[in-house]
Amino acid sequence: RSPVVFFEVEILDAKTKDKLCFLDKVRVNLFPYPQWYPARQSIRLDPKGKSLKDEDVLQHLPVGTTATFYFRDLGSQISWVTVFLTEYTGPLVIYLMFYFRVPFIYAPKYDFTTSKHWVVHLACMCHSFHYMKRLLETLFVHRFSHGTMPLRNIFKNCTYYWGFAAWMAYYINHPLYTPPIYGEQQIRLALILFLFCQIGNFSIHIALRNLRPPGSKTRKIPYPTKNPFTWIFLLVSCPNYTYELGSWLGFTLMTQCLPVAFFTLVGFIQMTVWAKGKHRSYLKEFRDYPPLRSPILPFIL
Amino acid sequence: MAATRQKIKRRRRRIKTSLPAAASIVSCVSGADSRCQSEHRNIEGIIVDMSAAAAPGTSKGAHSDVTGRRKKGPGALATAYLVIYNVVMTAGWLVIAVGLVRAYLARGSYHGLYYSIEKPLKFFQTGAVLEILHCAVGIVPSSVVLTGFQVMSRVFLTWAVTHSVKEVQSEDSVLLFVTAWTVTEIIRYSFYTFSLLNHLPYLIKWARYTFFFVLYPMGVTGELLTIYAALPHAQKTGLYSVTLPNKYNFSFDYHSFLIIVMVSYIPLFPQLYFHMVRQRKKVLGHTEDYSKVE
Repeated sequence: RSPVVFFEVEILDAKTKDKLCFLDKVRVNLFPYPQWYPARQSIRLDPKGKSLKDEDVLQHLPVGTTATFYFRDLGSQISWVTVFLTEYTGPLVIYLMFYFRVPFIYAPKYDFTTSKHWVVHLACMCHSFHYMKRLLETLFVHRFSHGTMPLRNIFKNCTYYWGFAAWMAYYINHPLYTPPIYGEQQIRLALILFLFCQIGNFSIHIALRNLRPPGSKTRKIPYPTKNPFTWIFLLVSCPNYTYELGSWLGFTLMTQCLPVAFFTLVGFIQMTVWAKGKHRSYLKEFRDYPPLRSPILPFIL
Repeated sequence: MAATRQKIKRRRRRIKTSLPAAASIVSCVSGADSRCQSEHRNIEGIIVDMSAAAAPGTSKGAHSDVTGRRKKGPGALATAYLVIYNVVMTAGWLVIAVGLVRAYLARGSYHGLYYSIEKPLKFFQTGAVLEILHCAVGIVPSSVVLTGFQVMSRVFLTWAVTHSVKEVQSEDSVLLFVTAWTVTEIIRYSFYTFSLLNHLPYLIKWARYTFFFVLYPMGVTGELLTIYAALPHAQKTGLYSVTLPNKYNFSFDYHSFLIIVMVSYIPLFPQLYFHMVRQRKKVLGHTEDYSKVE
């Protein structure tokens, strides 16, 4: 004859404090706002606080037997996969347009001509390979923690990737392009650096994928595997960013093009911000996190 | 929503508790028992707590700058430094104002007054770069990016347009923006000085949030006309421009860049202007509640 204690939950709009929904012990009233699909719902305990996660359990939240949650609409959402595919296909296509010297870019006498410098052909192959790799990784390798991001991000991200791709491609494929000063030596060194870092970056993505079983969102500390390219985990928390920086340094060296250097610099700044954030959350989540590791550059940053 | 619903359903647990205790919980939730404030958090209690925490500090907003400092603010040393900085800047722009007036009286015309205040203008406008540092270090609660943008646009006009293209220095548009800047800065820096000393005369606050109605458009007009006047000279001399071919595979056309800068005023100016209009409503809107001098 032990009595049963149930939870009751009330959901209010964070801004207007209107009652949106009331969840009673047995009768659950239907949520009357179908346009607010789950991905754009932010439920929190405090109107100005952090969002609760999908995995949070009512039992473990600091509420009494009566709980009040606040709802915030996150705005239109778009899936990460869609954003990645769009932002990576752009540079692939745009660069090729400049490479093949499609009309209205350069002077008409150069339309559909090809560059006489072999490094220009090599650069096109490397650039295209890089973005093809990214597209395939998005489709087959990455396991995303969040399903969606705000819709306005796709405009911001595509402007960044597509804009820089056009700017770089314009100069590399220009009829007045000047090849690297140190010629073949410089190009060979750059190509080795580029390929080494591409393989490294791919190895890290595979290692990270294997940390996480399919469909789960578990987070574990990544460790070096049998693959030598993952041994950098001993010194760095986010070696995928380290290798990405290396790849673009290689491409800068290969093309000796200032816009490429700018792109590498801006990317490096952004990746450093992400790496520091990731490193901090690793330290917060895992007591036994290896102390030797730096966020992105061994011992430096 | 479906996910949350399922979670809650699953969390329904059977808790062994005595019948009287269970009864008190149920009646608390239904509002029948008024004694349950201390033991069980009821819905009204939670809402009251939340709304009290969320209310903006309107009484604080009027005293200091409208950015609404909730934190402790700069220490004594930083405050002393900032007071000195703002006093020096006020004095500097007063020097420029006096210089303009004296030059006008001496020459008898508005033309070519730039040359008489060129040096103090460059010195004090460039000195404003320190304000970016103040935000970065944290002794001033503004955004580094916003302050940086504002200061660098002024510095750009002073050095990269007016100083670099000598032919525009005799244009009347230069006087237009220099006058707007001078009046604005004298009011702004004295506003900051008095705010830091916690003795802000209402007149200064009113002036800061009212004069912009005329000064902003006046300054923008002067700036745009000056850049426009600089265009043909920048193009003719290839000023600050780099052409292909070169070993860095890079090119830059300053003339086109100036045109892009002019076009960028179209989206930016209305945003900044209406931001000030909104600030004015917030800061001066409570005039019924406060006396004239604080």
